[in-house]
Amino acid sequence: MTTPYQATPYQAYASPIPVQSTGLGHALRSEWTKIRTVRSTMWTLGVMLVLVIGIGLLVASLVSSHTPTGTPVLAFGFFGVLLGSLPVITLGVLVISSEYSTGMIRTTLTACPSRSRVLAAKAIVFALIAFVLSTLACLIVAGADAGMITGSGIPSPSGSQWLRATVGAGLYVALLGLLALAVGAMLRHSAGAITAMLGVVLLPLLLALFMATQSLATVRTKLIEYSVPNAIATLYGIPMLSTGPQGWTPLWILAGVTAVALAGALFVINKRDV
Amino acid sequence: MIEARGLTKTYGAKTAVYNLSFQVRPGSVTGFLGPNGAGKSTTIRMVLGLDAPTSGTVTIAGRPYRQLPNAPRQVGALLDAKAVHGGRSARHHLLCLAQLSGIPKSRVDEVLALVGLQEVAGKRSKGFSLGMGQRLGIAAALLGDPQVLLFDEPVNGLDPEGIHWVRNLMKRLAAEGRTVFVSSHLMSEMALTADHLIVIGRGQLLADMSVKEFIARNSTAYAKVRTPDDAEQREKLTAALAEAGAGVQPEPDGALRVTGLELPRISDVAHGTGVRLWELSPHQASLEEAYMQLTQGAVDYRSAQPPGWGYGQPGQPQPYAPQQPYAPQQFAPPGSFGPPPAAAQPQPAPPAPAADPTAARETEDR
Repeated sequence: MTTPYQATPYQAYASPIPVQSTGLGHALRSEWTKIRTVRSTMWTLGVMLVLVIGIGLLVASLVSSHTPTGTPVLAFGFFGVLLGSLPVITLGVLVISSEYSTGMIRTTLTACPSRSRVLAAKAIVFALIAFVLSTLACLIVAGADAGMITGSGIPSPSGSQWLRATVGAGLYVALLGLLALAVGAMLRHSAGAITAMLGVVLLPLLLALFMATQSLATVRTKLIEYSVPNAIATLYGIPMLSTGPQGWTPLWILAGVTAVALAGALFVINKRDV
Repeated sequence: MIEARGLTKTYGAKTAVYNLSFQVRPGSVTGFLGPNGAGKSTTIRMVLGLDAPTSGTVTIAGRPYRQLPNAPRQVGALLDAKAVHGGRSARHHLLCLAQLSGIPKSRVDEVLALVGLQEVAGKRSKGFSLGMGQRLGIAAALLGDPQVLLFDEPVNGLDPEGIHWVRNLMKRLAAEGRTVFVSSHLMSEMALTADHLIVIGRGQLLADMSVKEFIARNSTAYAKVRTPDDAEQREKLTAALAEAGAGVQPEPDGALRVTGLELPRISDVAHGTGVRLWELSPHQASLEEAYMQLTQGAVDYRSAQPPGWGYGQPGQPQPYAPQQPYAPQQFAPPGSFGPPPAAAQPQPAPPAPAADPTAARETEDR
């Protein structure tokens, strides 16, 4: 700093490096550096791409030799996306919980005492990466489905089907990852948060499968309607039940849940000791 | 300038820091001393706004840390444990911290060179030794070229060369007009580095004074006097010595710690009172001892010695048992009961004890 120091009885030190005021932009740049310089990012996103694209293309090639029975053409991307969302969830948790497990969070929050800014930057950088890559993967699979599964009596997919199977699925996966990030921030423990998220994604449907009793029928229906696999299936136009959220609704539900979880994460990260 | 006022932190029923008030001034190295678990790291975390105090305040340049504009440009900190993501290379670690506070990228290589990590800058910090980790932490603290620096146990895991380097670095930083606050549990280390000492034990302030004053006040010479194990004789001698102008304090092992009288005088007084002496030996309290004495009641984690476990050293100081014949094991080689050598007279304390080898050894032990 070239300005003279305030009148002090001692010869205070003044750095020659100019001092800037900092904002979210700095935090975003920093988080981008962080996320691209650890191996877990490459691994989880790599696995996601392999699962979504690999399974998507495999199913497309298997189906193309048979005549699909009334299923929308793009719906065959469902399997890859369901599995591909799991590594994204893992990355979402790790983005924040690895900082807690390594102690890095203390360094980060010393370098940026605004905890909300750190959490916001993490969420934005991660969500953008997850959204762009999963949408891209879904687009490739949707393109393959549309190109390979053709024949008489098979309607070509509509515009809204295209949109839901690409941007919709990509958004859904990114939101799941964001929810995982919020859970990771609240639990501060990688294994715990990943387990919790797997429970959220898989348990409702699994529980519903074994609820054969008549008295539990309503619970069972609700569990299936609002389960994550059914939500993804709904985006692809193949919901398990004809009742429950339809069209884009599952996405808005997840967006709401994620927003609440992020608000909770914001609250605890500001309140807790590091 | 760091200023703490009535700083208190409780975790449930446990009070980690209680009513701590101190000031850390620029231009000098201030040592922050205390046994393990005394609350040093908790205090430093509160200074950095990582932990919220239960009550009280701590400010840097008049503001709480979290309200400082671009804090890393004003305060740099080395935290106790390796607070680094091991999967990231040293350079990337520093780069993400630099970006967070708008520090130019060129500064990253500058601090890497400063701490001597250029050659391993591209390596993942997971494979770093304790000493390299400390250097990386110091690099991160210096990244913002800040006015205030906090180091939590900076010499942990460093080799003698590294310790020497840290010592000089801290002195140089202070000479540049910065505020340097260094925590340590090694008195010997602080005696060589610090100008000012803040000593805490069990979260409470025990001493806040310059190192010179601490030495003058605490490393006095004294004589250890042992009477036969007979309370009456001991009291008689205590009274007589006090009358002769000495300071007398009982030692835990039944001996008396006598200050202010030379050895021949003590012997004369004992002779005059008719009390036999079983021991009369000169002692010099080192800074380390003074510090141990000061923090004695405040040590949380004391090592217990199982019976019959002498670490192969039969000469370990043990409580004196009257049944067994007195053997001056730890005080002098057998047979040297002649008059005390001239050097044994109480005299002004020499400055710091030879701490270099001690510090190095203790570091290696860890």
